[in-house]
Amino acid sequence: MLELTASALAQKIRDREISAREAAETANHRVEEVEYRVNAFLTPTPYVALERAGRIDERLQNEGIQPWEGVPIAIKDVLSTRGVRTTCGSKILEDFTPIYDASALVNFGEDLVMVGKANMDEFAMGSSTENSAYGPTRNPWDPDRVPGGSSGGSAAAVAAGEGWWALGTDTGGSVRQPAALCGIVGLKPTYGRVSRYGLIAFGSSLDCIGPMTRDVRDAALLLQAIAGHDPLDSTTANAEVPDYLADLEGGVSGLRVGVVKELMDERIDAGVREVVERVVGELEAAGAEVGEASLPHAYYALEAYYIIAPAEISSNLARFDGVRYGLREPADGVHEMYRETREKGFGDEAKRRIMLGTYALSSGYYDAYYAQAQKVRTRMIGDFREALSSYDVLISPTSPSVAFEIGAKTDDPLAMYLQDICAVPASLAGIPAISVPGGLSEGLPVGVQLMSDHFTEPLLLRAARAAEEVADFEFSPRP
Amino acid sequence: MKVEEKRTYQAVIGLEFHVHLATRTKMFCGCRVVYGDEPNTHTCPVCLGHPGTLPVVNEKAIELGVMAGRALNCEVSERAVFARKNYFYPDLPKGYQISQFDEPICTGGHLDVPVGDETVRVGITRLHLEEDAAKNVHVGESGRMHGSVGSLVDFNRGGTPLMEIVTEPDIPSPEAARATANHLKEIMRAIGVSEADMEKGQLRCDANVSIRNLDGSFGVKTELKNMNSFRFVERGLARELERQRDILDSGGKIEQSTLHYDPETDEVHELRSKEYAHDYRYFPEPDLMPLKLSEAWVREIEDRMPELPDEMRQRFVEEYGLSPYDAGVLTADRDLASYYEAVAAEVDPKQAANWISGDLRSLSNESGTEISDSGASPEHMIGLLQLVTDGSISRSAARDVLGTVFETGDSPSVIVEREGLSSVGGDELSGVVEGVISANPEEAERIRAGDKKVIGVLIGQVMKATRGNADGGRVREILLQKLGS
Repeated sequence: MLELTASALAQKIRDREISAREAAETANHRVEEVEYRVNAFLTPTPYVALERAGRIDERLQNEGIQPWEGVPIAIKDVLSTRGVRTTCGSKILEDFTPIYDASALVNFGEDLVMVGKANMDEFAMGSSTENSAYGPTRNPWDPDRVPGGSSGGSAAAVAAGEGWWALGTDTGGSVRQPAALCGIVGLKPTYGRVSRYGLIAFGSSLDCIGPMTRDVRDAALLLQAIAGHDPLDSTTANAEVPDYLADLEGGVSGLRVGVVKELMDERIDAGVREVVERVVGELEAAGAEVGEASLPHAYYALEAYYIIAPAEISSNLARFDGVRYGLREPADGVHEMYRETREKGFGDEAKRRIMLGTYALSSGYYDAYYAQAQKVRTRMIGDFREALSSYDVLISPTSPSVAFEIGAKTDDPLAMYLQDICAVPASLAGIPAISVPGGLSEGLPVGVQLMSDHFTEPLLLRAARAAEEVADFEFSPRP
Repeated sequence: MKVEEKRTYQAVIGLEFHVHLATRTKMFCGCRVVYGDEPNTHTCPVCLGHPGTLPVVNEKAIELGVMAGRALNCEVSERAVFARKNYFYPDLPKGYQISQFDEPICTGGHLDVPVGDETVRVGITRLHLEEDAAKNVHVGESGRMHGSVGSLVDFNRGGTPLMEIVTEPDIPSPEAARATANHLKEIMRAIGVSEADMEKGQLRCDANVSIRNLDGSFGVKTELKNMNSFRFVERGLARELERQRDILDSGGKIEQSTLHYDPETDEVHELRSKEYAHDYRYFPEPDLMPLKLSEAWVREIEDRMPELPDEMRQRFVEEYGLSPYDAGVLTADRDLASYYEAVAAEVDPKQAANWISGDLRSLSNESGTEISDSGASPEHMIGLLQLVTDGSISRSAARDVLGTVFETGDSPSVIVEREGLSSVGGDELSGVVEGVISANPEEAERIRAGDKKVIGVLIGQVMKATRGNADGGRVREILLQKLGS
């Protein structure tokens, strides 16, 4: 059962070859077996999984279930889950239990078989899951290496078979980069395609909930389960949700594929580039029209991102003040209480970005930083419009390197930020992007990133499915 | 000889209003807007600022904002943007207030305010929408944060829709400031945007105040807060102008600061000086799309907008032939105006105006009972005035009847019958007059002889005999006729 994809397992549950309860038990066992060396979960929820799986089996007897239901899933701890502790990887929410479910989870269905709440960089800020207040997650491919981040717990859970799939969130690569480093598929949908209601905000104008799965078909199925307009999120699109599985096997014959030259330069490890080039070559052989695409402002994307995202987080984290919920450090007077609570509750990276963002929004600096960064963002969107008028899909590495060793970049925030150079352009533009395992370098997985225009996920998934087909990679739970 | 330069003090006042909007639900969530209920009974994850929640704009609030803007002759923006105003306070659950900053929904209007016999045109700089903060309750003797044992927060008010209206510094005196506030309240009530009751905090007013420099330029301004009644607006500003004048007279300089008016001591206190000015770090609210306000939609709202007080006043003068003063009195209150219109449709409009703006309002003022809560329905008022017109009762009797109607709600004709108040006339009156003549032969003889001075005595006797229910003029007429002079 552990070797099945989520789609295959879902089919077997509907065909009653495997009960949802058996699947949940298998996932729970697997968590017990490997968790000591992976640390994918902050809060395992074996009883929640069993109880809901039981209800799935009951419904299967009666009114039936949706095609995605019953398959055990890991949920990043940034998504609000009613009655289940939600920490965002932060001390400030150590004992916080939400009173409502995120809309994406409600969309999935009330009997979500949740294996646990997955580890993450504090408030989704980081690229290695080392910024979690509860210790790092380890890469199932090599326990001395990071799984990437910030959705590192979700990625590691899927790679280790602790559940068949997971939900992560992606603000500047936080689904795609850990997916790449753990050898799984990670999809960041178009901004506004999946409701953010219940996603504890990092960069509100960038945040997207996305599937992290064993293969592209699973990603399409999971997106189908969570996508759609939400009256509780004004930034969701009021556009119909297409059938993401319909065109999946359409192949790449005649598809115009542009390789982004700015994301294939010497900042990218040679081994990573080789894997991407090989996949591109195979796609061409399969009938794709391949050429070189250019995103000139990609060189400034990271800088713009590291102004916009901190500006938003500096405001979004203000609600954690010790007044209504979460950590409170008693002190004399309300301002002292704020200071003590936030001093104790937030980690270094959270504090660093609060300071960066506060500075960027300050009177007298707003125009030089925030307003300027928004202009770069507009240019970035223009670059994509231009490139996507010539190509259907753009291709690049997902991350400049394979998984690095734990501790290697913790003292150098800038080196850590550079992990996101390939992922951030699509985030700024709000377009969909997916990372697919393309092969190995130094014995570790390499992700290939594909990007397409707003709301063209069917096309993107079809191209990704073709890339997966030609890639030199086979999923199998590790260790 | 040296002429001592005498400084003239010209006040420059700009007001900033916060108006509670009369919506059913809060600005960004579905919680009901209710005041005075048990604390924290109208809350949800959104207005409590729980992690992961998002705001959704209340469309009705936008509509009311646009309506208010048009009533103040503002231009409605085609595009308006919500922005975050960032600061920490326990009554602000998200750590920021969703407000509007550089792209408000309305800009550039004006308000013509009657001040005494003049009209002052007050420019409206901008009008924007935001959410109100929750309410901090300080536990302990003082009732203020300082020295309290602890503080509690009631989130029922948190997130309720608020409209901010900023005027130009066009207001020349504390009296005019009070009139402006009052006029604004009238308009807000008339169009149904807000109850705008200052005592209930539905209308709050802050002021920027300065004294003009000798060269005509603006002086240094101070901001005055907490003027929570129309009277305190006037008194607080007068007090602050006095303070500024004293400083200038003694050769001092005004410091830019925020002040608090204490009506009990009639003094202003400094809340914070400029060094403590906040940097709110405004930026566009990423959780909300910019508002697009189409011309067609704005026009549709205008079409639904009720008549404004100024328009109604003008109409009362033209349609009912009232004096501007009476029209002003009757249109000052929307309920009174519709009461008047119901009555004026059936009886002489001028007569109706006299009775309603005079007797009826005095009854209401003296008893402290709203006209709508009294027994004097428009139907009863019509009935009463018809009795007066056809001579069935005297004016003085009608006053008493109105008092009884006001208290009991009984119909005027029933009261007249019950208390025997109908005018004594015709044969009956003639008989009474004859009786009085025979009882007073001496006076009757003097009148016959042409001495009309004593006629008053006989009229008095007749009135006494009819218990006042006779028309004095008519009695005089009959007397003169019978005494043949």
